[in-house]
Amino acid sequence: MTDQRLEIIISVLLRTGVLLSAAVVSLGGICFLSRHGQEQAEYHVFHGAAQIFRSASGVIHAAGPSNCPAVIQLGLLLLILTPVARVVFSLAGFALERDRTYMLLTTIVLAILIYSLAGPHL
Amino acid sequence: MTNLEFTPLVFGISAVAGCLGALTGLGGGVVVTPALTLLLGVDIRYAIGASLVSVIATSSGAAAAFVREGYSNIRIGMFLEIATTLGALLGAFLATRTPTAILSVIFGLVLLHAAWQSSRKRPADAKTLQPDLIARRLRLNGSYPSPDGPREYQVSHVKTGFSLMFGAGTLSGLLGIGSGALKVIAMDQAMRVPFKVSTTTSNFMIGVTAAASAGIYLSRGYIEPGLAMPVMLGVLAGSMLGARQLIGARVRVLRWIFAAVVGVMAIEMIVSGVQGKL
Repeated sequence: MTDQRLEIIISVLLRTGVLLSAAVVSLGGICFLSRHGQEQAEYHVFHGAAQIFRSASGVIHAAGPSNCPAVIQLGLLLLILTPVARVVFSLAGFALERDRTYMLLTTIVLAILIYSLAGPHL
Repeated sequence: MTNLEFTPLVFGISAVAGCLGALTGLGGGVVVTPALTLLLGVDIRYAIGASLVSVIATSSGAAAAFVREGYSNIRIGMFLEIATTLGALLGAFLATRTPTAILSVIFGLVLLHAAWQSSRKRPADAKTLQPDLIARRLRLNGSYPSPDGPREYQVSHVKTGFSLMFGAGTLSGLLGIGSGALKVIAMDQAMRVPFKVSTTTSNFMIGVTAAASAGIYLSRGYIEPGLAMPVMLGVLAGSMLGARQLIGARVRVLRWIFAAVVGVMAIEMIVSGVQGKL
C-alpha cells in the first residue's frame, strides 16, 4: 500500500458517499415537496430545527415515507459521515503501512470528529 | 412564499454560487450564505448550516479528480487537520454564542478578503531550502508530477502553518465556509508548499474540517432539512458544472466579475450587521 493508492481508494469512497447522500437527499426532497409543497417556507426567524432532526438517532428513527424531511436529514447525515469514513480509511491505510506516527495523528483527528458528532456539547 | 416556489429559487441561487465558486477556486459556501440572507432574508444561522453541508459535498466530490492528478499530500493534510478540526470545534461553539449582527460583520470582512484575493495574481512559488525539523520527522516533504518528471519539495515553517490552520478551522466553524483561501495561504505562503499541492490538499482537508463543526451545528438545530436540501443539491450541481467548464473558460474576466460581486456582498453584510438587520 502506497500513499498514492491509498488516496485513490479514498477518493472513490468520497465520491460514492457524496452521490449516495445526494440520491437520498433528492428522494427526501421530492417527497417533501409533494407533501409540504403548499406550506409556507419560513426561515426568517431562527427557531432551530425540530429536536428529532438534531441527532443521528432521532433522524434514523424518524426517516421513512411518513416523514420526508427526516429522509433529507438522513441524506445530510450520510454526507457529514463521508469525511469521517475517509479518516477511518486513512487510519487503516497507515496501519497497513505500519506508520505509527500517522496512526496516532489520524486517531486524534478521528477522536475530534467523534466528539463533535456524538459528544456532550457544552 | 410556499416551499414549491422557495425550493427552486434557492436551488438556482446555490447552483450559480457553486458554479462561480468552482470556476474561481474560492468555493461556493462563501457566496451562498450572503445570497440567502441578503436576497431571501433567511436567518444567518440557517444559511450557515446549509452552506456548511454544501461545503462537505463539493470538497468530497472534487477530491476524486484532484487525487488522480497526484498533487495532494495526504500526510500534510492529516497532520494539519488536527489544527483545523480543533479550530472548527471552537468556531462552532463561538457561532452559537455570537450575536448574528457580529457574525454578519465578520462574514463581510472575510468576503472582502476573498474579493481582494481573487482579483490579484497569485505570487510565484517561492523556493526555500531552510530545513524544518518537524517537517522531516513527520515526513511532510514530498514530490509532485511536473513536465520534467517528479519534482521534490521541502516544507518549512510548520508551526506557523499549524497555527494559521487553527485560525482557518475556527473561521470555517464560525461562518460555515470551507475557508479554502486561508488554508491555501497557510500552506502556500507560510509553509512554502507548492501552489498546486496547497490547493488540492486544502480541498482534501475542507470536508474533514467542515464535518467537525457539522456535528455541533446539527445538535444546535442549524441544519434545517427544507433549506439545506436545495442548497446542498444546488451547490453540488453548480460546482460539478463549473469544474467541467474550467478548461477554456475566461478565468481572468470571471475572477474580476466574481471579485466585484463578492465585494458588493461584503459591504452589504457589514452594513446590515451594523444596522442590526440580520
